[in-house]
Amino acid sequence: MSIDKDTVNGIAKLARIRLEESQADALVGELNNILSWVEQLGELDTEGVAPMTSVVERKLPLREDKVTDGGYPEKILANAPQAAEPFFTVPKVVE
Amino acid sequence: MSMPTDLTLAEARDALAKGELSSKELTEAHIAAVEHVRPLNAFITETPEQAMEMAAQADSRRAAGEAGVLEGIPLAIKDLFCTEGVLTTAGSHILDGFKPVYESTVTANLWRAGAVLLGKTNLDEFAMGSSNMTSYHGPVESPWKRRGDNRKLVPGGSSGGSATAVSARCALGATGTDTGGSIRQPASFTGIVGFKPTYGRCSRWGVVAFASSLDQPGPMTRTVRDSAIMLRGMAGYDPKDSTSVDLPVPDYEAALTGDLRGLKVGVPKEYRVDDMPQEIEDLWTAGVEWLKAAGVEIKEISLPHTKYALPTYYIVAPAEASSNLARYDGVRYGLRVDGQGDLTSMYEATRGEGFGQEVKRRVMIGTYVLSAGYYDAYYNKARRVRTLIANDFKSAFEDVDLILTPTAPSEAFAEGEKMDDPIAMYLNDVFTVPSSLAGLPAISVPAGLSANGLPLGLQLIGRAFDEEMVLRAGAVLEEASGFDAVPAWLDERA
Repeated sequence: MSIDKDTVNGIAKLARIRLEESQADALVGELNNILSWVEQLGELDTEGVAPMTSVVERKLPLREDKVTDGGYPEKILANAPQAAEPFFTVPKVVE
Repeated sequence: MSMPTDLTLAEARDALAKGELSSKELTEAHIAAVEHVRPLNAFITETPEQAMEMAAQADSRRAAGEAGVLEGIPLAIKDLFCTEGVLTTAGSHILDGFKPVYESTVTANLWRAGAVLLGKTNLDEFAMGSSNMTSYHGPVESPWKRRGDNRKLVPGGSSGGSATAVSARCALGATGTDTGGSIRQPASFTGIVGFKPTYGRCSRWGVVAFASSLDQPGPMTRTVRDSAIMLRGMAGYDPKDSTSVDLPVPDYEAALTGDLRGLKVGVPKEYRVDDMPQEIEDLWTAGVEWLKAAGVEIKEISLPHTKYALPTYYIVAPAEASSNLARYDGVRYGLRVDGQGDLTSMYEATRGEGFGQEVKRRVMIGTYVLSAGYYDAYYNKARRVRTLIANDFKSAFEDVDLILTPTAPSEAFAEGEKMDDPIAMYLNDVFTVPSSLAGLPAISVPAGLSANGLPLGLQLIGRAFDEEMVLRAGAVLEEASGFDAVPAWLDERA
């Protein structure tokens, strides 16, 4: 499996990362190297082996489904690059 | 009396308890050391005023007979832990100006135990790296130098600022986080103790997430005893982290009995990797002899899937990172870069400018291995191999109580070395990643010097939640090695 520049640009689109032309070129080689290195896992027979979800062998705890926190919009917005209380603001998405 | 910064954490605690020293005096001395160490770039943010305020409160609590286990002890905090009202950057441009409105559970536990915040330490961006060269805030320099060679060395990573702060004696201890070796490898490079507890022992709540199934906070200190004391102040069940485990936190210091008689320690044959430097091989042999002399039975063991641990890690960790780092979108905190007026291009511009090269690389890999058509071939395959790796350890621990290995395959390297090949950099973690994938507690203890005069560490890996046995054996190794070298930085200070 080999990755070309179109694939790199496609992944960048999915990851919402703008790449400079030169970065995309460099990533073609780097991602190919890394992916061909990890492909050695293909040597292993993992038929019937369960994929690990957690190293903690415990049931996840459950709690009552109720609101336990909140009610401070000004704190939530304190670090926003742009806000108009009580909202975050983003570029217009609906015409 | 020697300088207060030359005390170990345990010695400082005892001096405070006896009234030979106040937290204000101890903290002042460490603030001066933090200022002095600025050329090494170990700190992103210094908090001297807050430190003096906390020290004064610690002295008052002690006077009132209410001293906690870390009362008045000045510590450095890796800049991956959210600290209320104090800049928290994760070493990234994308968190510019972020001042959390909440405190991480681990740091809240430390402050409740009486500790004092000296500042926030530098790290690889989002804890992704083994050199501390990927920080947006610049590289950290190790306080160590090769003999007769003035080149700047890396402190290792990702907890490189914490390692330098402790090694250069400007903090009595520091928090680190370890995803694939980020506490242990820098500890080995800088001649200090670094302890990654069992996954679930310390809460991850309020720690900027890298790979959630692997991340674990832990102490970095000058001695094993100090790590035992500090871990007690950090650990504990936290309902806000569903993977934190509801087990009592023991008095780890009480486990340091020095008695290892009758224990069995395994030496995994798969860790004898090709081209391992002879001096590391020799150090490992010395470790075996020290444990034998303490009454330990040494057994050769097999962890057959060891060679697959790094490739597994470099699928699992980037996959989780690509998901965790989706939150940095220029909307809720940190950097925003305008695109072409629409939302998507704002996201892309913000993330394109806000993330460094290594973070982009890993987010891209993670995105790829989770994408439709590749999820099974890469991500699920890696999770299955991870099960096999964890099973290797499970079988081994039926025969032995602990496992002894080197911490890293080399001594510290110079700034700029290994920078052009990501995989060469990843190989630094060959001995630390397997126990991370299995979630097991593991400590690095300084055990000797290389021919170049640089520290080398040995690693002990234990059973899940048996931190006490790891610490007990670590203290025996520490004592037997008689490691007392100090970094060039401290010689120059004198």
